[in-house]
Amino acid sequence: MAAPLKFSKTHEWVREEGGGTVTVGISEYAQSQLGDVIYLELPSVGQKLESGARLGVIESVKAASDLYSPVAGEVVEVNQDLKEHPEYINDDPYGKGWVLKLKSVTANSSLLDQAMYEDFVKGQA
Amino acid sequence: MTNFGGWAMPLQYTSIREEHLAVRQAAGLFDLSHMGELRIRGKNAQALVQAVVARDIAKLAPGRAQYTVLCNEQGGIIDDLLVYAEEDGYFLVVNASNQDGDDDWIHRHAGDTSVENIGRRTALIAVQGPLAVEIVQSLADRELGGVRYYAFVDGAVGGIACRISRTGYTGEDGFELFCGNDQALALWNMLLEHGRDRGLKPAGLGARDTLRLEAGMRLYGNDMDDRTTPFEAGLAWTVSLEKDFIGAAALRKAQQPSRLLAGAKMLDRAIPRHGYPVIHDGQPVGAVASGNISFTLGHGIAMVYAPPTLSSVGTRLAIEVRGTGAPAEVVALPFYKRSHPK
Repeated sequence: MAAPLKFSKTHEWVREEGGGTVTVGISEYAQSQLGDVIYLELPSVGQKLESGARLGVIESVKAASDLYSPVAGEVVEVNQDLKEHPEYINDDPYGKGWVLKLKSVTANSSLLDQAMYEDFVKGQA
Repeated sequence: MTNFGGWAMPLQYTSIREEHLAVRQAAGLFDLSHMGELRIRGKNAQALVQAVVARDIAKLAPGRAQYTVLCNEQGGIIDDLLVYAEEDGYFLVVNASNQDGDDDWIHRHAGDTSVENIGRRTALIAVQGPLAVEIVQSLADRELGGVRYYAFVDGAVGGIACRISRTGYTGEDGFELFCGNDQALALWNMLLEHGRDRGLKPAGLGARDTLRLEAGMRLYGNDMDDRTTPFEAGLAWTVSLEKDFIGAAALRKAQQPSRLLAGAKMLDRAIPRHGYPVIHDGQPVGAVASGNISFTLGHGIAMVYAPPTLSSVGTRLAIEVRGTGAPAEVVALPFYKRSHPK
């Protein structure tokens, strides 16, 4: 069974994959707020990211928004399918719409679990 | 929902992309009740309209409509609008956020001619797309095939009294239906019910914007304002300098503007947006007026202001997206033209 998701207050999710690697994506709430995703600008493999650093840009029909790295780590894989299918972010944000994988991750204790994140989102509405 | 000049309006019902494609492939249903409507009546109605709009409407026959602009004394565009000729006057359809300003402006020049702002009690529902005519026809009390583009008839749709106008802001065929506010919901529901099987989908402001951009139609506030002349905005065809109107004197001297609105297509995957700088030879030369993705073409498109020497088709430009120049090329407007017959 996959590890539970954790969330940042900037609406990215993180899933631990074991061995100090994680998968990162954007939350269901974020995709619903962005609307149709049309383009992503993402880092290259090998790039090191600090926690909270800008990792890229997500463009929807409405606007361009920054994406932030929820943890510190090094990019090991970027979801290449998003180039041709940015709509995967809308259709399946926790599955096919994953954004990238990081290794050598430093844990971030300020991340929220699903219930806390949902409360946080309700507070924003 | 979004706040659009004080009107709470849906940006999307399901997805902007789906709604956009529904309009291109089948039909979309738009609630445009925010738009403003002014009615001008009286024996001097024609003289008043002639004095305030830039286009010569003397030959506009009852039952026909024309697109034009209202200008200030400096030739700047106060609003863009449709002028409908009625048997006993004119009906102007103006932008929602400008309706009170337009009303005041026209009143100031009206003398004893009656100018009535009926925008807040008039609803507007548009059906747009290749199947739009068929859908509206199925509910109409009269034959609509003979209603030409930019013509209208007063009739009934689903038993509701409407002005049935063959106009739109999407680049597709279709109708815009004006009715009383109290009838709008019933009309909306009836159209949706009759159109759903043919692929009709409700479409929000988001799709309206991506559709009109592909069709090269200007958006007031983005592509032009009261410091933009119709010549700069590529709207010379809406101006009749041989007649007198407010702004004519200034516009006669402004026929060679220093900037022009041009179409640009992105040559990579970048998405141009309002306000992004336009670059040529490393120098800023203008700015994006409107930009977004074209769902029909699959790449970014923009209407940009650039010097006339850089606005001819084929000119290579760059659009600065987050500090990097993304390659673009000037193309003819509109970006999209429907292929099926009117």
